[in-house]
Amino acid sequence: MIQACNLTKAFGDFVAVEDLSFKVNKGDILAFLGPNGAGKSTTMKMLTGYLTPNSGHALIMGVNIQKDPIKAKGYIGYLPESTASYKSMTVVEFLRFMAEVRGLKGDQIQSRVEAVMKQTHLTQVATQTIETLSKGFRQRVGFAQALVHDPPVLILDEPTDGLDPNQKHEMRNLIKSMSENKAVILSTHILEEMEALATRCIIIDEGKIVFDGTPAELILLSKSHHEITITFESEIPQGLDDQIKELEGVSNVSSNKNNQLTVHPTEGQNLLHSVNHFLQDHHSHILEIHLEKGQMEEVFRNLTAGELV
Amino acid sequence: MKALIKRELAAYFYSPVAYVFIVIFLFSTVGSTFFLGQFFMTNHASLETFFVFHPWLYLFLIPAIGMGLWAEERAQGTIEILFTLPVSLIEIVLAKFLAGWFFIGVALLLTFPMPLTIAYLGDPDWGVLLLGYLGSFLMAGSYLSITLVTSALTRNQVISFILSVMVCFTLVLLGWGVFTELITPIFGVALTDVISSFSFSTHFQGMTRGIIDFRDIIFFLSITVGGLYINAMILEAKKGA
Repeated sequence: MIQACNLTKAFGDFVAVEDLSFKVNKGDILAFLGPNGAGKSTTMKMLTGYLTPNSGHALIMGVNIQKDPIKAKGYIGYLPESTASYKSMTVVEFLRFMAEVRGLKGDQIQSRVEAVMKQTHLTQVATQTIETLSKGFRQRVGFAQALVHDPPVLILDEPTDGLDPNQKHEMRNLIKSMSENKAVILSTHILEEMEALATRCIIIDEGKIVFDGTPAELILLSKSHHEITITFESEIPQGLDDQIKELEGVSNVSSNKNNQLTVHPTEGQNLLHSVNHFLQDHHSHILEIHLEKGQMEEVFRNLTAGELV
Repeated sequence: MKALIKRELAAYFYSPVAYVFIVIFLFSTVGSTFFLGQFFMTNHASLETFFVFHPWLYLFLIPAIGMGLWAEERAQGTIEILFTLPVSLIEIVLAKFLAGWFFIGVALLLTFPMPLTIAYLGDPDWGVLLLGYLGSFLMAGSYLSITLVTSALTRNQVISFILSVMVCFTLVLLGWGVFTELITPIFGVALTDVISSFSFSTHFQGMTRGIIDFRDIIFFLSITVGGLYINAMILEAKKGA
């Protein structure tokens, strides 16, 4: 439903986005990750037709956004980065206006505006002017505005930015519930958010895709993925680490002063079962066994900070 | 597009700008007629002394309401919303212009006590009056169009104001009697006529005197349309910046 083909955008000498291609289908939530200035917003602005790419093109529901912008833009609900809205309008006025310019008619306007206000919990502030609202509410107004015409494509630039943890949670649930029959792209630099929401994630750095896959695939890139940390009640029994090292699939074992042993597997191995068996056989007194899922942050840094690592 | 115009118009009335503008507009048009133009002394049942100040008043009033029209959209970030709506750029520009023009038109209509006054005092030529109003309205459109261009050029409202005042001032000045007398000895009559034919005042004067010359109407309309076209081009070019 959303297709980016070799999108490239340069501002003067600075290449913000280079040769970016991807596809998002109905039901997908694609999370766009990357450090600040990596080209996330620029890409989204090209998808929404706000910026014209230097080369490449974007298709929304199969319609080229440059060739037939009016048709293509009609399919999109867009939440810009900066919680943009007409601040002197009230929430309900603004949403009605958006519904009207989006081509909704008569009763449809009223019912859609009411529906999105309910969905985004804005009913209580409906008659307040937007300038009097807190950032969380403004963000929701932006989201409501993007939903008002029930678009098949949602493009959300940092939808949870500025929200408190409860609101974030709520917003994520909302996006998730919406994604069933929509194609969603969102940008974020919060890694848990991507993990919690996305069915797919693309990490871009300096305008190029450095990772494209599912969150589960991303975590596999973590060095600490499937590391097992064993915490013993008291001192680590002598020679145990060497014995564990002999187990199949173990690449290394390290210990630290807190009575902990860390078992590093060879790639792709989940050793929890065999390590657990081994410990039971040896009647070790252990407090905890922890299977490390992997550090998203570590992966993110490795992918995007290149030479610094 | 209807929704866009409606919003633009409503925006004038959300802020005190609209009311302040109308009040000042009425005070200054009427005030200048009576005090500067010595309306009663002319002893004519015409509004020539009323219209003669319009180019000068518009010079400040219209840039004042128009300077923020694009700058505000940029400041609020709503320009991004506008440009991602399923409407064409031309429609967006046109909506902004038409709403502003309509608003000025309303202010102009509110000067209706003036024609009523002369109708009470004498027997005015209604055709001439109507033409004067039409001329003033067309001229206001040209001013607004120029102001929109400068507003699109810069984020800074003060710069936009000064730029549009300068451009409009030049266009008024070129046809101003004092100025043309000054340049006639230098450029000769023919060239001076050419220069002053680019002026608001030259084309407006004819209309206030009841001379229907389509060149005047075409002049104002072409300035307006040209301005809007440049406006759209600037917005398109500055989108990414």
